[in-house]
Amino acid sequence: MAFEPVLTKGIGKLDLVDIEVYESQGGYQALRKALKQMTPEDVHNEVKKANLRGRGGAGFPAGIKWGFLPDDGRPRYLCCNADESEPGTFNNKMLIEYNPHLLIEGILLAAYATKAAQSFIYIRGEFKRGYETLVKALAQAKAKGYVGRNILGSDFSQEITIHRGAGAYICGEETGLLSSLEGGRGEPRIKPPFPAVSGLYGCPTVVNNVETLCNVPFIVDRGAEWFLSIGTEKSPGTKIFSVSGKVRRPGNYELPLGVTLRELLEEHAGGLLPGRTLKAVQPGGASSPVLLPEHLDIPLDFDSVQAAGSILGTAGVIVFDDTVCMVRTALYYADFFSHESCGQCTPCREGTAWTARILRRIEQGQGTEHDLEVLRSLKETMSGTTICLLSDFSITYLQSVLKHFEDEFKAHVHGRSCGLHAREVRSA
Amino acid sequence: MSAPAWVEKHKEKIEEIIARYPKKRSALMPLLHLAQEERGWIADEDIEAVAAILGETKSVVESVCSFYSLFYRRPMGKYVITVCGNITCGLSGAQELVDHLERRLGIKVGETTPDGLITLLVTGECIAACDGAPALQVNLEYCGNVTPERADEIIELIKKGEDPAAISDRFGIPPVKAV
Repeated sequence: MAFEPVLTKGIGKLDLVDIEVYESQGGYQALRKALKQMTPEDVHNEVKKANLRGRGGAGFPAGIKWGFLPDDGRPRYLCCNADESEPGTFNNKMLIEYNPHLLIEGILLAAYATKAAQSFIYIRGEFKRGYETLVKALAQAKAKGYVGRNILGSDFSQEITIHRGAGAYICGEETGLLSSLEGGRGEPRIKPPFPAVSGLYGCPTVVNNVETLCNVPFIVDRGAEWFLSIGTEKSPGTKIFSVSGKVRRPGNYELPLGVTLRELLEEHAGGLLPGRTLKAVQPGGASSPVLLPEHLDIPLDFDSVQAAGSILGTAGVIVFDDTVCMVRTALYYADFFSHESCGQCTPCREGTAWTARILRRIEQGQGTEHDLEVLRSLKETMSGTTICLLSDFSITYLQSVLKHFEDEFKAHVHGRSCGLHAREVRSA
Repeated sequence: MSAPAWVEKHKEKIEEIIARYPKKRSALMPLLHLAQEERGWIADEDIEAVAAILGETKSVVESVCSFYSLFYRRPMGKYVITVCGNITCGLSGAQELVDHLERRLGIKVGETTPDGLITLLVTGECIAACDGAPALQVNLEYCGNVTPERADEIIELIKKGEDPAAISDRFGIPPVKAV
């Protein structure tokens, strides 16, 4: 029997943006259940027991994160990170555009469990349609009494404020997000203090990803045991894998965590393009080191991907076949990180720009062996030297391709090209 | 300099925006969005107006505004076409698409057609439409699998004054792919 999706069930078939359609599928029942039968601690404990690991990239258990909030009388805030900007990742966008009430219900439950004074959805500026969908869904939810004062006649009140970003990758970093939400430049802050202790307006704050929050209604409704029965022991639940690149059927596929890379690519994403062979796969965003054809049978869960030398990250899976120049892929990311560095820290601001310059000259056949040595040494200057992890993350993929595809870099240095067609997309 | 028209026109909306947040300063980006929706870009007088509304200095508002790539500080075309220049789109023919658009529109990336209709941009950020690579946005409405032929059709619709949302309804990316 085919696996039945949870978060994406009905998408493409039902108009779940309409609150009555969402309700007809059991929507807002988890909220009713929580407010009638469960204390905030009960909801928190259920999520903790379910070991719901953060879907935004880090895989940190949400229940434990919620537990870090100090109980010291300051208002607490919940922020939903909907600034989905990781290259190759487009699952939050689908949930927001096609299942917005699930997100709203998840936020309400998380706000109830954490006793938040107010919730915010920070949605990236490019998601105009998603923003409008959320605004519409929120108005419906308010009209039905799910959002606002004394929700469903209970003591629980909650306002959700939708905040549009305006084009900055770094606002996906949780402290950059908070700086932006406070009306500033999206510049990350030094941690500690972590947002749980000093977040939005200096108050205890939880930041959770869209997909993480969308799991909460199901955990509350069906229980932690049900959730733990899906996926693997240490990575329970489903994950929406965004597959793109050189496959026949790019798209979002919700599958149990621990599905093999082979099954994801061959059975769901339709396999490679005709006549092509697999060169490498990036399993989880711009910073995830490459996996190789020998890794096709690894289970895609947080720990197995890490054991294979990469990270599951956002599960934005990008597939490279034998037509792809790996030097060129590294240059795409170098340009990207250079463009998106917020500029606060010298190693990142200068390092990302120089990485791109060096890679560009290698790609164009002007590089030297010394350039390769410089690229290999970047860890010494760009890791652990900055406020946030963008600098560290900007070189992890590069280091992996330098190691596994050294011959292609050498071909560019000594033969001026690897022979693969690769053109540059110029920015203004 | 007198305040721009949107300040009076959206007086109640501005108050409602400020009331959404525990602190007034958080309304800075929403107000810039509001200004840009009215004018299509953000002029000096918009910066001044936002600063006056929030009790901040102009330099604070300018500094925040300049951090974000979607706030335009110069006049833009009525339609802004933004081609995704990140990895998946790049590997799927984004530069060929940009070349085609430049030839077809007679402008370079960053420029606006002389009639003020279309501005062509390339983004450094991934626009999260990799399942429809190469992808672009028309006034932030998505179009996917944009071959040169589809690009021509999109431009024809723009020339007819079509609503960007309607263009996206036709050229967008379906959430579920046919098997």
